[in-house]
Amino acid sequence: MNAIEIRNICKNYGDCKALSDITLDISEGEIFGLIGPDGAGKTTLFRILATLLLPDGGNASINGTDVIKDYEKIRCSIGYMPGQFSLYQDLSVEENLDFFATVFGTTIKENYDNIKEIYSQIEPFKDRRAGKLSGGMKQKLALCCALVHNPSILFLDEPTTGVDAVSRKDFWNMLYRIRESGVTIVVSTPYMDEASKCDRIALIQHGRIIETGTPEQIKESYPYTLLSVKGKPAYPMLRFLRRCPGIISCFSFGSEHHAAIDPKTTDERTLAGLLESNGFKNCRIKEIKPTVEDCFMQLAGKVTDNTLRIK
Amino acid sequence: MKEFLSFTKKEFRHIFRDRRTILIVLVMPVVQIILFGFAISTEINNVRIDIVGDMTDPTVRKLVQRIDNNGYLEVKGIFTGTDVISERFRRNESDMAVCFEDDFDKKLDKKGSATVKLIGDGSDPNSAQIIANYVTGVISSGTGDGKKETTAGSPLPVKYMYNPSMLSSYNFVPGVMGLILTLICSMMTAISIVKEKEFGTMELLLVSPVKPIWIIISKAVPYFVLSTINLVTILLLSRFVMHVPINGSLLLLSAVSLTFILTSLGIGLLISVISSTQKTALLISGMGLTMPTMIFSGIIFPCESMPEILQWFSDIIPAKWYIIMVKKIMIEGAGFSFMIKEYTILLLMTLLLLGTSIRLFKKRL
Repeated sequence: MNAIEIRNICKNYGDCKALSDITLDISEGEIFGLIGPDGAGKTTLFRILATLLLPDGGNASINGTDVIKDYEKIRCSIGYMPGQFSLYQDLSVEENLDFFATVFGTTIKENYDNIKEIYSQIEPFKDRRAGKLSGGMKQKLALCCALVHNPSILFLDEPTTGVDAVSRKDFWNMLYRIRESGVTIVVSTPYMDEASKCDRIALIQHGRIIETGTPEQIKESYPYTLLSVKGKPAYPMLRFLRRCPGIISCFSFGSEHHAAIDPKTTDERTLAGLLESNGFKNCRIKEIKPTVEDCFMQLAGKVTDNTLRIK
Repeated sequence: MKEFLSFTKKEFRHIFRDRRTILIVLVMPVVQIILFGFAISTEINNVRIDIVGDMTDPTVRKLVQRIDNNGYLEVKGIFTGTDVISERFRRNESDMAVCFEDDFDKKLDKKGSATVKLIGDGSDPNSAQIIANYVTGVISSGTGDGKKETTAGSPLPVKYMYNPSMLSSYNFVPGVMGLILTLICSMMTAISIVKEKEFGTMELLLVSPVKPIWIIISKAVPYFVLSTINLVTILLLSRFVMHVPINGSLLLLSAVSLTFILTSLGIGLLISVISSTQKTALLISGMGLTMPTMIFSGIIFPCESMPEILQWFSDIIPAKWYIIMVKKIMIEGAGFSFMIKEYTILLLMTLLLLGTSIRLFKKRL
């Protein structure tokens, strides 16, 4: 059974189309990732699902309950962690948790098992004001507050933004453990490397879903051969690569460039020769497996091309 | 109910953990009432008077003596010509010059009249007028009680029934009560709600199963309690420090005040609904609420002397009606039957404000 069903959701802010025609199914007990850059519409979609915003068109249901008509029923069964740290900075850790537990009609004691694992990490600081916590601890507290009423679905809007790498890893481990208790988790992130940590993902850009599937499915559907190209100077090389015959697209990834090539027109060796003869130094080329980010760039490029062509 | 209690507890924690809020809520009213009651008064003391005239003239000498003996007035200098006066005003050495014409005594004797000219520094018209009235009173009574009659005759005896000594605190205390309650209830409630919007906590509260009406009520309750404490402080201060009497029923005064506190809470809620940042809320309640309340509720300027359009405008300011009622109860000692109209207006405003803001309060973002 699907925990969440989204059908043709649209939302506009004035002339700006925040979401257009979003259709998604999220199954029970999975970690579903909504991957996309800032401004893609992730938060808007989360707010619609959390019954905080009304869509302009389409509908969505959570556990079979309509998000527009029966919003009060849904509000009892979901946990929501907004992107911005949204707890009371002037209340202590314990007071925050206690308050949110009471507001959701429960107590810390009653659901202590639910949050024990996470809460035990911040319990030594329970008398500290929430505003004085570190980023990672704030996030743990926010997660506790979202979990304290034992929700069946958890919405986490960019939970790892602004959190260090170690805390991020910790956080994902926590999510896996929460999933084990049967909670459906919907998480959004702008970090492509986190995509492969989800059970299933949807890539979103400019308010449209450009691809859905497991991270493996998405990577397998990458249509081209992908080469990693390294060399100096880096930026002129990127511009040169983009003009080379047989290169479909080329993006810079840190210190290297990922070039999608058409194997019929060019290959590693031809490309290496071209680069050497044009004065680029320390060239190293090897074939690599595409990452989710490569897929995203390719798909996003296609969508943008299409929309441009339509215009 | 448990949710509600927890909400209220949280709200009190917010207030007591922020020193600035405490300062605004509990200390500012005391400072304001003392400031308005003592420092800002329309009574004028220690007026400096210059005399221009012939000091050998017996009547002039007698009048000058009388001016100098008056508790409010003080003779600073005696001159023979008026040419030095403007210089003295500019140097701020004198507030008013009293000029007696030559041969004052002889003319008064012969014709039965003589001229005194008052020259005032009119740059502050209000105080100039009050000083002129003082001096005129002193001079006319001075010339009147001798064997010689003045032309002006003695002034009409006036008795102010409810404020015999014309103390300005009688006017200011009710005014400041209205102002403070508006400020605390409206501004603080508005800010505390908008703060939740700004910090994103409102998002979480809305996602919770708690009904929005309870969010509103739990926000209002702490400020209602604090305002009631303020009311008690103000009344104690005004009774025992300002010596403003409470002639009417304390019960009626409390009932009227509690109604007004509700009105202010309504305004605060309305402001919080229409503004999305604390800054906006502060600006709206500062410029849109406090200023008009100061100007149009009759605290400083009497509504009766405003152009008609502004008088209509003053009618929509709740504080005006409250202040009228407080004056009636405290100073005149009037009962409820004398303020049915004002109370009805205030009550309708309260219901309208509370109703509108609760209706407008968004269940979503």
